[in-house]
Amino acid sequence: MIDLLLDTAPRWALLHAPALLVMAPLFLAPLLAILPSGRLSWLISIFATLFALFCALILVGQVQASPVGVVGYDVGNWPMPIGIVLRVDALNSMILLLVASIGVLATIFSWPTVKAEIPERKHPLFYSAFLVCFAGLCGVAITGDAFNLFVFLEISSISTYVLVALGAGRDRRALPAAFNYLIMGTLGASFYIIGVGFLYSATGTLNIADIASKLPDLAGNRSVEAGFAFIIVGLGLKAAVWPLHQWLPNAYSYSPSFVTMFLSATATKVALYALIRFLFTVFRPEFAFEQATFTYLLMPLGLAAMITCSFQAVFQTDVRRTLAYSSVAQVGYMILGVSVGTVAGVSAGLFHLLNHAMIKGALFMAVAGVVLTFQGTTIRDFAGLGRTAPWTMTGFAIAALSLIGVPLTAGFQSKLQLGYALFDQGMWWAVVFVVFSSFLAVIYMGRILEAIFFRPPINPRKSRKEAPILLLVPLWILALANIYFGITTELPLGLARDAAAAAFGLEAF
Amino acid sequence: MSSELLIWAALCLPLLIAAGIAVTGAFSNVREGVTLVGSTVLFGVVIALATKVAGGEVPQLYVGQAAPGLDFAFKLEPLGALFALVASGLWIVNSFYSIGYMRGNRERNQTRFYICFAIAIFGAMGVAMSANLFTLFVFYEVLTLSTYPLVAHKGDAAAKRGGRIYLLTLLGTSIGLFLMAIMWTWVLAGQNLDFVQGGLLAGRNLDPAVASALLILFAFGIGKAALMPFHFWLPNAMVAPTPVSALLHAVAVVKAGVFTVMKVSIYIFGEDLLNATPGREFVLGVACFTIIVASLVAMTKDNLKARLAYSTIAQLSYITLGAMLATQAGFMGGALQIAAHAVGKMTLFMCAGAIYVATGLTNISDMRGLGRKMPLVFIAFFIATLSIIGIPPMAGAWAKYELMQGAIDRGTGFVPYVLIISSLLNIAYLLPIPILALMPVPGTPEPRPFKRPGGAPFFTVAAPVVTAALCVILFFLVGPLADFLSPAFENPASPAFAGGQP
Repeated sequence: MIDLLLDTAPRWALLHAPALLVMAPLFLAPLLAILPSGRLSWLISIFATLFALFCALILVGQVQASPVGVVGYDVGNWPMPIGIVLRVDALNSMILLLVASIGVLATIFSWPTVKAEIPERKHPLFYSAFLVCFAGLCGVAITGDAFNLFVFLEISSISTYVLVALGAGRDRRALPAAFNYLIMGTLGASFYIIGVGFLYSATGTLNIADIASKLPDLAGNRSVEAGFAFIIVGLGLKAAVWPLHQWLPNAYSYSPSFVTMFLSATATKVALYALIRFLFTVFRPEFAFEQATFTYLLMPLGLAAMITCSFQAVFQTDVRRTLAYSSVAQVGYMILGVSVGTVAGVSAGLFHLLNHAMIKGALFMAVAGVVLTFQGTTIRDFAGLGRTAPWTMTGFAIAALSLIGVPLTAGFQSKLQLGYALFDQGMWWAVVFVVFSSFLAVIYMGRILEAIFFRPPINPRKSRKEAPILLLVPLWILALANIYFGITTELPLGLARDAAAAAFGLEAF
Repeated sequence: MSSELLIWAALCLPLLIAAGIAVTGAFSNVREGVTLVGSTVLFGVVIALATKVAGGEVPQLYVGQAAPGLDFAFKLEPLGALFALVASGLWIVNSFYSIGYMRGNRERNQTRFYICFAIAIFGAMGVAMSANLFTLFVFYEVLTLSTYPLVAHKGDAAAKRGGRIYLLTLLGTSIGLFLMAIMWTWVLAGQNLDFVQGGLLAGRNLDPAVASALLILFAFGIGKAALMPFHFWLPNAMVAPTPVSALLHAVAVVKAGVFTVMKVSIYIFGEDLLNATPGREFVLGVACFTIIVASLVAMTKDNLKARLAYSTIAQLSYITLGAMLATQAGFMGGALQIAAHAVGKMTLFMCAGAIYVATGLTNISDMRGLGRKMPLVFIAFFIATLSIIGIPPMAGAWAKYELMQGAIDRGTGFVPYVLIISSLLNIAYLLPIPILALMPVPGTPEPRPFKRPGGAPFFTVAAPVVTAALCVILFFLVGPLADFLSPAFENPASPAFAGGQP
């Protein structure tokens, strides 16, 4: 299919796909801001995300076809050390594909919820902010320049603060949540830029590939090590690595449903990508201080996230908070996979990253449906919905089973891969943690599922039981994807393995 | 038909039946027709497969790859054929029984009930035929999830509580321990999970400590085998309607558990490695402990289904015990016990259901003298009781005989005594029920009249009579059965198996 796309796509698209992917949504965003109609801005957003998906598919194809597995693009024709380059390999083409496809599904599904939750005059501005955020996330994933990465990180973050704050129409607590996120996010970005500064002082360059090539000669350099520490903390904050996740539960719980869904499936994933990029491409696992980071920092943090946040999820009464804490726990799985430090471990982490995006995307879409029709997000509000809204809730249930890791779902496959990677390194004790955390997932999702399917409804609202069709279709696409990729993992696992190999600078898995 | 096609048929038929039930749900007679016809066809397919297996063929089917090294593949060997035969054959009997029971009790949501039942059979077929641990695990979980709605069928607080315990225990043990064991096996065996004659892990020079840990993970992780302390889901699952207890908690689900234990012992560890694994002694001890303690607990239960549940726990451990003896006779005894206990315990459960439908009684102490009014039911109960105890000419006798043989071969001091004590305990907790019902002590008050006018529905009486008859028939069929099974236990490393046939 991708071959066909490469054959039929126009020449300008093939040549400039990396730039267009980011620039199209970024330049459409200001246009949306001055549009009078929310519906029109929604349609343009769909178009922009679809176009980004188109570019992402082209890039995936080009990377696979390329003999070195890298597609480079010099912005403004300025070559590498001076200008900014966009550099796409198997790792970030996978992330771009993820962000773009989730972006398309999210935008399609957004209209009913945005109409219900955002004041009408703010619709164009809302979509404008969304496109900026989308472009920023794509930019982080695509750029090959460490400082440019910071710029895009800030572009996406600042628009995210706006998006979260717009939840105030439904719940005023969105405002402190957004402010909290603003402070934490800015701290993270500052740490990151300080780290990049240290690296620049040591290497004299900002290009990621260039830094990577110069670092091996600088073994034992203090400023490199300090830069590494700052970058890990900064990106860790953005990726909600425990215990730097405090901003996340509130931001997810009170922002508009659409924003929650989109962020949960993409934002932390992109930050995690950046982290992986720095851990494996810029710095190398062979560096002594990095090995120590894996063993003494990332792995304990990943394990702690899996356990503590799963426990916290068990005690939440609000479904969105349960899912938010679960997200932090799931980030723990990915960090655990990364911290194994082998290709198999990173590929397991990336594989879970893909699967988790599908899982949480579907879950938050279903929750958005409930918010829309029943205006409540506590577990009590979900009681008996299995009867009143069977389609929405079956989609929710499939994704929930996938989150738990029941066989024949994507979540099961990613746990299996993670388990193999851990056993392979003899870390069976870490598997115990994975399993225990899955067991906690059985409990916290089981509480919700039981309310949905076995408790009598307490919410007597009769009109509009099922979520609108615009919401159901993307939800079921994701739910069926969970089952499909649980049965045959060829596509996502292949992407993840190539990506992990690319992170290590290897040709193929 | 080619054997590939037959395996496809055995897998797809239950799903087609489930779909058919869903479509015809509004017309209850048509719906029941779908179940009955479908289950009969399925049984025919399984018989055809079993004939091929008996002819020395190994039916195989490769469906596809889930991930590198993880295949969906099916392969039928004698043990699996036996399990498939038992599950699909008894499903027919149980379908008749279900119709009588569910209608007699006017249960709600019958369509959902039959759909989940068919999916559960799908899971059982998959477990029986899987060619590697990965496929087996997937179907094992299909079985768990599809039976949860059956356990919680009534939907009241007790049923939901029972269902929750059922689901959490089975999912917890399978994800927590079984899956870990599978992943560990995958790494130890060099990215391979296939069932191999003689043992996948044999000859890989495993550290005895590693092998022991792995074996213990498997033994407890396969929660459906109900080894103590992970047995409590079974008594809790008794809130389910009786047909569920009869087919699933005496045949399909629990047998899937012990069947998996046997498969792991024979095809993952293999006789030789198992003998070299010190953990085997520990699991054997736990099985013995379970047999004795569950029997003792059974004595204290006055609720008939609860007593039968504890009896099931004890009887299941016979099979684990047989596998852990790691001798040919032990394996054979375990395999025979799968079939013998299935027909016996199913009869007992169906009798309990028939009594409940007719009289609403659940407590054993209220059943004295009831045999006069329901003679057929209690005669069937009596025969099945004898089979469970292991008295000839009932099927259970051979299983006990082989296990005893295996225990003596093994030379473990305490196992024969455990078997003897357990048989005595069986007599103590099971036999009084039919005896007191059929021959009440003088002075026992006349039992109350039937709650349901006309007594138990015809099907609920006929079904246990049929399975009771099977208990006797199996006794005489054991020769061919043993011949059929023996290739499964052949150890390629040692000379062919001889003398195991009783």
